[in-house]
Amino acid sequence: MLLEVKGLCVNYGRIEAIRDISFTVDEGEIVTLIGANGAGKTTTMKTISGLRPVRAGTVTFNGKDITDLPSYERPVLGISQSPEGRGCFVGMTVMENLEMGTYARPDRKSKAVKDDLERVFELFPRLKERVNQAAGSMSGGEQQMLAMGRALMAKPKLLLLDEPSMGLAPKLIQQIFDIVTEINSQGTTVLLVEQNAAQALKRSHRAYILETGEIVREGSGKELANDPAVKAAYLGGDV
Amino acid sequence: MQFLIDNFWALTITGLTLGAVYALVALGYTLVYGVLRLINFAHSEVFMYGTFAALWVVMFLGGKAGGGTGQVIFWIAMMFVAAMTMSGLIAVLLERFAYRPLRKRNAPPLIALISAVGASFVLAEVMGLREKIVAWVGLDDNLRAYVRNSRNAVGLPDIVAKEPVFTVGGYAVTNVDIFVIVGAITIMVILDQFVKRSRLGRGIRAVAQDPEAAALMGVNRDRVIQVTFLVGGVMAGAAAVFYLLRIGITRYDAGFLLGVKAFTAAVLGGIGNLRGALLGGFVLGLAENYGSAIVGTQWKDVVAFVLLIVILLFRPTGLLGESLGKARA
Ligand SMILES: Nc1ncnc2c1ncn2[C@@H]1O[C@H](COP(=O)(O)OP(=O)(O)OP(=O)(O)O)[C@@H](O)[C@H]1O
Ligand SMILES: [Mg+2]
Repeated sequence: MLLEVKGLCVNYGRIEAIRDISFTVDEGEIVTLIGANGAGKTTTMKTISGLRPVRAGTVTFNGKDITDLPSYERPVLGISQSPEGRGCFVGMTVMENLEMGTYARPDRKSKAVKDDLERVFELFPRLKERVNQAAGSMSGGEQQMLAMGRALMAKPKLLLLDEPSMGLAPKLIQQIFDIVTEINSQGTTVLLVEQNAAQALKRSHRAYILETGEIVREGSGKELANDPAVKAAYLGGDV
Repeated sequence: MQFLIDNFWALTITGLTLGAVYALVALGYTLVYGVLRLINFAHSEVFMYGTFAALWVVMFLGGKAGGGTGQVIFWIAMMFVAAMTMSGLIAVLLERFAYRPLRKRNAPPLIALISAVGASFVLAEVMGLREKIVAWVGLDDNLRAYVRNSRNAVGLPDIVAKEPVFTVGGYAVTNVDIFVIVGAITIMVILDQFVKRSRLGRGIRAVAQDPEAAALMGVNRDRVIQVTFLVGGVMAGAAAVFYLLRIGITRYDAGFLLGVKAFTAAVLGGIGNLRGALLGGFVLGLAENYGSAIVGTQWKDVVAFVLLIVILLFRPTGLLGESLGKARA
């Protein structure tokens, strides 16, 4: 088990954003969290990255209890996130953004970084053409690629992707999902949050359904994709 | 108007030296604003402590007028070391005790601002009452020379003789003028490169642009904030040396008006923007001199603020626009 979340509760003041949720991610998997707006998906992702304090429960990564570990120490362990809304450093160039991904790597000066950069450029050739462009002047889709590329530059064991297809044209969504699958097949474990439930379920090994802060269903991607109740609620009827 | 024309070069050179000091102090305001969105009102005192450190080190080591080149270089180097150390230290302590505890408790920005104003008064008064403080701790006799008449202005021994180097339009530009302008610009270029290229500089920009994304990259925000205060303090320390070399005296409240002006320069150039602080400092220094030549020296400070208001009316984000990161500082 690479990631184990157990009985996690997170509050914003007195609002309970997530209540007693438990789930696991195994090494090599793509696991998806789906749920309506406000269900608590982003909160869950931010908590795994250490950006939100935990009220109760534990987060274990690679056998280590990281519940109270400061956020900035988590990338070193191998947790990297492409956040919702991309969070590119708009005043930095594409290259500088990618370099920020290596900020916490102990081997950031080694040749391994160059190889990883090549790999990111292979996945996202568009970034290579735009290395010197300011991230803020890139299109939404390009910024999404940049955020993913930047997260990959940290060489994570676990990649957290919060709505990577948000606001993208259908053709680009397809491409992003292809890339997620590709990243996974190259050996990176992925925890994915998606509104594009149909696509996401098709690509993931397992999935959890989150409703108002609680996990209400879990199952393999296929299982959930073919479940009539899930179809009605999240897939708009047809897959 | 005739006065301005007749003294154009004198006004320009002195305006630039003053502007250099404004710009260096403005950097501290702008850096801290960038990472914390906080106006560090006590930064003026960080500067003032630097002027005293520079002065004390010269007094303590018995600096006198009339030394050779080697000695002059020695004194200036000592002043830089003392002032930068002192200002850097004060800035870091300020962050540690006046701002960090509030941040840890998620205090609203207004509370931090009040803390800043309070810290500013405390620091100024501690310097102004140093005679009393020294008496309390029983160091009265040992430190008399350094604390006497603590509310009066104290002068720097004339360790650097001002000598004309060349003349433009009737104004004899001195070695000190050149040193201040060139020195300040050099320091600012170094800072610019530090923020642009070094790992910590990148961290500063990342936190300024998006603190959460920075944390996801493994940037320790507290560490970055501390370094930012340190860097801002060191810049203020350098400014303090240039200020002393040029003005020659300091006082426990020397930071007040200068701090307000430097803050004005930061806003003028676009707060959060490093190059904006540089530009704002020089523009302000020049405008003050030209303006007061036209309407009278007693209006000098008025000129600075009228300029600020006029520029903000037309460019609300300052000359170079906002943000440490967005302007690709
Ligand atoms: N900073 C915040 N302060 C207060 N409440 C918040 C904050 N962030 C999120 N919430 C609340 O927590 C709940 C979960 O929000 P979260 O962002 O995790 O939802 P989500 O599942 O990611 O939704 P979406 O699909 O819209 O991105 C919501 O009710 C939201 O209003
Ligand atoms: Mg969300």
